[in-house]
Amino acid sequence: MTGMIIEGKTASWEVICGLEIHCQIISKSKMFSGASTHYGSDANENVSFVDAGMPGMLPTLNERCVYQAVKTGLGLNAKINKYSEFARKNYFYADLPQGYQISQFKYPIVGEGHVTVDLSDGTTKDIGIERLHIEQDAGKSIHDMAPDKSFIDLNRAGVGLMEIVTKPDFRSPEEAGAFLRKLRSIVRYLGTCDGNMDEGSMRCDVNVSVRKVGEEGYRTRCEMKNVNSVKFVMQAIENEAKRHVEVYENGGNIEQETRQFDPSTGLTKVMRKKEFAHDYRYFPEPDLLPLVLTDDYIAKVKADMVELPDAKRARFVKELGLTAYDAAVICENKDTADFFEKAAKGHDAKKVANWLMGDFFAMLNEKKLELKDSPVSAENLGKLVELVTSNVINGKTAKDVFEIMAETGGDPEKIVEEKGLKQVTDTGAIEALVDEVIASAPDNVAAYKAGKNNLLGWFVGQVMKKSQGKANPAIVNKMIAEKLK
Amino acid sequence: MTKLTELTIAQARDALKKKEFSAVELTKAYIDEMNDKRKYNAYVLETPDVALEQAKKSDEKYAHGTDGALEGIPLGIKDLYCTKDIRTTACSHILDGFEPQYESTVTSKLLNAGAGFLGKLNMDEFAMGGSNETSYYGPVVNPWSKDVPLVAGGSSGGSAAAVAANMCAAATGTDTGGSIRQPSAFCGITGIKPTYGRCSRYGIVAFASSLDQAGPMCKDVRDCAIMLNVMSGYDPKDSTSAKVEVPNFESFLNQDIKGLKIGIPSEYRPEGLNAEIAAFWDKGIEMLKARGAEIVNISLPHTKYALPTYYIIAPAEASSNLARYDGLRYGLRVNGEHLDNMYINSRTAGFGTEVKRRIMIGTYVLSAGYYDAYYLKAQKVRRLIRQDFLNAFEKCDIILTPTSPVTAFPIGDESMLENPINMWLNDVFTVSVNLAGLPAMSLPIGLSHDGLPLGLQLIGKAFDEGTIFKTASALEQDAAFRKGLK
Amino acid sequence: MAIDRETVRRVAFLSRLKIDDDKIEDTEEEFNKILNWVEQLNEVNTDNVEPLVSVNDTNLTLRQDEVTEGNQAAAILKNAPQAQYGYFTVPKVVE
Repeated sequence: MTGMIIEGKTASWEVICGLEIHCQIISKSKMFSGASTHYGSDANENVSFVDAGMPGMLPTLNERCVYQAVKTGLGLNAKINKYSEFARKNYFYADLPQGYQISQFKYPIVGEGHVTVDLSDGTTKDIGIERLHIEQDAGKSIHDMAPDKSFIDLNRAGVGLMEIVTKPDFRSPEEAGAFLRKLRSIVRYLGTCDGNMDEGSMRCDVNVSVRKVGEEGYRTRCEMKNVNSVKFVMQAIENEAKRHVEVYENGGNIEQETRQFDPSTGLTKVMRKKEFAHDYRYFPEPDLLPLVLTDDYIAKVKADMVELPDAKRARFVKELGLTAYDAAVICENKDTADFFEKAAKGHDAKKVANWLMGDFFAMLNEKKLELKDSPVSAENLGKLVELVTSNVINGKTAKDVFEIMAETGGDPEKIVEEKGLKQVTDTGAIEALVDEVIASAPDNVAAYKAGKNNLLGWFVGQVMKKSQGKANPAIVNKMIAEKLK
Repeated sequence: MTKLTELTIAQARDALKKKEFSAVELTKAYIDEMNDKRKYNAYVLETPDVALEQAKKSDEKYAHGTDGALEGIPLGIKDLYCTKDIRTTACSHILDGFEPQYESTVTSKLLNAGAGFLGKLNMDEFAMGGSNETSYYGPVVNPWSKDVPLVAGGSSGGSAAAVAANMCAAATGTDTGGSIRQPSAFCGITGIKPTYGRCSRYGIVAFASSLDQAGPMCKDVRDCAIMLNVMSGYDPKDSTSAKVEVPNFESFLNQDIKGLKIGIPSEYRPEGLNAEIAAFWDKGIEMLKARGAEIVNISLPHTKYALPTYYIIAPAEASSNLARYDGLRYGLRVNGEHLDNMYINSRTAGFGTEVKRRIMIGTYVLSAGYYDAYYLKAQKVRRLIRQDFLNAFEKCDIILTPTSPVTAFPIGDESMLENPINMWLNDVFTVSVNLAGLPAMSLPIGLSHDGLPLGLQLIGKAFDEGTIFKTASALEQDAAFRKGLK
Repeated sequence: MAIDRETVRRVAFLSRLKIDDDKIEDTEEEFNKILNWVEQLNEVNTDNVEPLVSVNDTNLTLRQDEVTEGNQAAAILKNAPQAQYGYFTVPKVVE
């Protein structure tokens, strides 16, 4: 159980939360026009006459957006609706050129599904997906360029969006956070959305209500629009739920309203009361015909599906012997998982995982590098681990070699070769060094024999030093212990 | 010799081919005609320079033998069609000075076929109206007017008047509820609204997307066939345009109609139907019968509900289609303190009374709590109306009806102004066709006792304009309307 | 369903149109006349009738994902009543 219970004066309250997530679809051109979706162009350069809502312009649907939505739907274990319809959502706003948004209403392209999330107590929970529908994004209004004017850029107007609506299944901020991370991981695996909440390519609306423990049905909910990080979503749920409890405990009532989350305080404030709610006047989009998908089409998308994080994780545990924790960390990001698999190929996967999550990530962090820019390639990381497992170098040397690899991007085998770092496993050579050390320190030999056992480490250290770190420490250890018995 | 401007497209094209006169000469003749007849207020923008420039190119094409289907033919274009760099306003104040930076698909096709554009034709504001009186540029005067100025019909009133008065060889129209057929009937010309999806709507200012169709308005049936062939065809830019082959419509003219089953719907002869109109309808029936066609009585039982259905669906779509006119990106802006004030000020100043009325009705029937009672109900009745036609076409090949229950009435008629529904009732014979998406033509059949043209309507099966052309050419020959004009 | 003055005002606002106070009564009356007239449709039995969304009998054709338009800010802004620095400008938007 990871549900959040808020203890009030009169009752215990549980949190009820559902999410609506807008994901920008990865495609070259917009959903209903041939303008580019490229981010960061000059104002109004990626705009077609359709996007600008010019008279007589008509939408034409981008096949890629349909493909991406179906793929995402499959990734959410959801029902793909072979029949769907577009509808107009009517409202006036400066960055909505047509005066309506083309969306889907009664008949979305994807129906019910579910996503399994992993919780901190080691349990999992299925979060229900209500639907996924596709729609067009709005442009951008910029309010801070002049005191008396707003500036409108339509580059984003018409970019494809998937709106994913969950069932009100979240009972705590933690569950919502885990879901968002999972969803982000899924869409990134699928390549349907880049999942960057801070850049706005994934945006979250949060619906929160509370009810007394044991109570049936739902109480009035409030919606918080455009909360733009996982952390803020969790904060918004917690603080909004607490606000509801306080209002109820003081005999008040919660009104259905739209609220704004303020990241600086973590609190929410009212944006729009219900009586000022929009009347969107949805009706079927007469400029587009119904979208009908064939079984063949859906099968084709299915054939393109990649292994998703849950399946990959299970495989890493089962076939490669990773711990559940390591597998989860490595699989959250597809690039990491792919890198790992490449590195682990033919080598000791558990050791590769240790290196990856230890020195390797630390190195990327320190150098502030993305995985794709890593100087150490997956192959070379694998080779390095192999050098250790096959006793060519010892662990200490491996760390030195890794440092060189991180600087030069070099091949560890060559580095070991060139610098003569191969460890000494020849017992004769090691024995000579051991004898030398024992002969040079009679006092310590006496003390050891008198019971000062911790001096063993000193002897080992002296031998390693004489071997310039190349002696196999296990052999050295064993030999000294034998000789001083 | 006949005046150049009296020639049909077919006649002018043949003469141009034979170099009897040049395209420039033909165009100049029309420009003179336009100058002489400004009193009809048919054009809201004249573009003689554009037309002459195009005519020069056409003459070159004729010289090289590379002439297109409409090479050198000067046309008038309804102001609803977006024409690149040529002001397009849908005859609304809200589109003041708007110069599209793109060309509609239909006008592109006409240009590619060699046609020249004489100017933009007057119409009801955003095609909402049946008398051309809602135009921001004032009403069109019907060239058939005698003492009292009469309406030219609407919404394509400028197109009908310009064709009737020889101010262009032919014109484009659009038809959402009768906007090609009714003015054609009022002005004694021939116009066809093709099947929904036959012509691309891309670049035509939208009124009601599920009903709007482009079509030609011409001096005769053959010209309609020639022009419709150029205007038709699938367009990937319009998702509702149909991937259906376009036949050579001219090939249907003069075909034998013996044995053709002509459906006569009893519901189109309500009690109190104007006796003269009923008589001309009977005359049309007799003409077809005399040529061996079989007359079949049919029933379209939901006819009476077509108007209220139309006046829910069309305003609903219009209320949404016209939301883009907000003073932000083009057209009229009346500033306000805040964004909402700017919207309200611009739209209140920019739209006329009828347009506002329909936007409000459309907004209401779509709004929360009323959608099911009005919009959804209308969509269901729309299906029944369409089904009526499908049933009828089991028994007949084509349907013959009057085009309008009235002839052209005076501009400013009080009974029409007093109650908007009175004006809407004039669409009674035309709206069903749009609701069902079918093709229909109006052609002149004769003159009333007071000398005003009367039209009959031929309704075909979906994508069967061919049978309309076949039947219309027979009726046209027997009625000999144009011969009577001389 | 008769509609009242408040509804007329609300519909006008949703439509972003202004009706002068002295016109409200006429508008309300006209509105009711029109609604009464369209309510003839209630005579029609539409049980088990599917709404007709489109007269086209075909399904939607999809477009390939290719960039075919753009880099035409000048054409997009050509008819703008007000523009600056390549943007459309409007009176300050307030929530």
